[in-house]
Amino acid sequence: MADWASFWAMGGYASYVWSAYGIAAAVITLNVVLPVWYHRGLKRRIRRGAFIDD
Amino acid sequence: MHVRLGHDEKTVVSLTMDKGVKQRFHRLGSSPYFYDASARWAIWLAVPAVICIAYAVIAGLVYVPPDYQQGDVFRILYIHVPSAWLSLFGYTAMAVAGVVALVWRLKLAEIFIAAAAPVGASFTFLALVTGAIWGEPTWGTYWVWDARLTSELILLFLYLGVIALHRSIASPRAAGRACALLSIVGVINVPIIHYSVVWWTTLHQGATLGLTGGSNMDADMLWPLLAGALGFTCLFGWLTLWGMRVQLLWRERRSRWVMKRIAHG
Amino acid sequence: MGRVFWAVFRRDLAIAGRQRGVLVHQLLFFVLVVALFPLGTNTDQAVLLAVAPAVLWMGVLLSVLLSLNGLFQTDHEDGTLAQYLLSSEPLAVIALAKMIAHWLASGALFVVAGPVLMLMLGVPLDVLPVMMLTLGLGTPTLVFIGAIAAALTLRLPRAGLLLGLLVFPLYVPVLIFGSGVIRGAIVGLPYAGAVYVMAALCVLAITLGPWAIAAALRIGFDA
Repeated sequence: MADWASFWAMGGYASYVWSAYGIAAAVITLNVVLPVWYHRGLKRRIRRGAFIDD
Repeated sequence: MHVRLGHDEKTVVSLTMDKGVKQRFHRLGSSPYFYDASARWAIWLAVPAVICIAYAVIAGLVYVPPDYQQGDVFRILYIHVPSAWLSLFGYTAMAVAGVVALVWRLKLAEIFIAAAAPVGASFTFLALVTGAIWGEPTWGTYWVWDARLTSELILLFLYLGVIALHRSIASPRAAGRACALLSIVGVINVPIIHYSVVWWTTLHQGATLGLTGGSNMDADMLWPLLAGALGFTCLFGWLTLWGMRVQLLWRERRSRWVMKRIAHG
Repeated sequence: MGRVFWAVFRRDLAIAGRQRGVLVHQLLFFVLVVALFPLGTNTDQAVLLAVAPAVLWMGVLLSVLLSLNGLFQTDHEDGTLAQYLLSSEPLAVIALAKMIAHWLASGALFVVAGPVLMLMLGVPLDVLPVMMLTLGLGTPTLVFIGAIAAALTLRLPRAGLLLGLLVFPLYVPVLIFGSGVIRGAIVGLPYAGAVYVMAALCVLAITLGPWAIAAALRIGFDA
């Protein structure tokens, strides 16, 4: 903990470890954000009355 | 519209007339009730998910000492193993929901399958990618036709099949029931596929290091792994619940309760 | 129940007999896929022998996939399928009769054509009986599993690609064991266990398959 540089270096495996964790963060973020966006858009379209008669 | 009104009325009648389990079951099947209540339930999945995943990541990255054989690369396993667990759990949950959807014709079970499939597929993808990244320094190549990675790849195709089928059928009810049947057929196949792939790799005599092979796990390493699996499971539940709400809103976008809640609420 | 089975069985065999052109096309397709393969590599006997089992089974998989499209199509178009769905007879029995008739008409071709193609790829003669056994056990499994997906996608336009996406992951065990047994027989490894597994899968597909096909037909008809 005391030594940040060695923490980031991950014993020489930095690119592997951090890319794996980065992709995991991206996948989780997309899974959270996309439904929320879609939900918002859908609610907006319902409010605008897009589905009342078609 | 008329059918839906009738359904709401039936729910109200059953609420006033009898109490207990049956009443709860009816209420759960009612779309507006589920839409409102699921927003409250979500917190009970989101909080444990955040706590468990945060613990697993911090412990896995910081507190667990490096593996004596693999060094620090093994820290990837704190994502890889929970994702791999979730990929199997998610597909099994879809098949269980499939049985519920086909036997009891519960609409929410169909919606569960539709919402869970993309979440499950993305975590299967994550398990594959992290497995490949872990494999490069360990095996010297990104892709080895290792039994577990190969099974995971086929599982990803099974997920994509469910998603593709759902997108191809226009009628939501028919799409839901078709996916229910496909996930049941798929889940019967998953152990057979895994067994066949294991048999195939032993036929090759390919020397494959197990992902957790060699070093035996001690408690310090194991607890963060279990917490990660639990956290990912809660995350899956949370994401699927959100997906279900969106699906429900889309399916019933023309019904009266949606109008009342969204347009006037 | 037995009467329904035989009626559907005889009807489908008669139709298949009248549409011999379709069967010939399927056979030609299978032969072409396997026969073109060496043109993509070289004539080295060792290379051909190494890939022969995989080429054979990929040819079978593709041919079965193509035949799945037409499995319920004519019955659907001329209204026979609607009659089946409305009738009080068990749909699973009808499905079983249809599948067995379909396999006898088309799947049996592979068992006959396979050995000739394998000889062209340099597979030794004494492997051929085992190879025909795996084809005899594997192709019914493929037909029964594939029919479930074919029934689900019955009314979808351009279902062919989707069908492949749904069906090929489920075909992995048959592909692995089917080609594994032949490879084992060529190099002299024990393969009896895998043959038993293939037989078990075949029994599983024939017993559970009709129920799933019946359920899928009801769903697919609504889709």
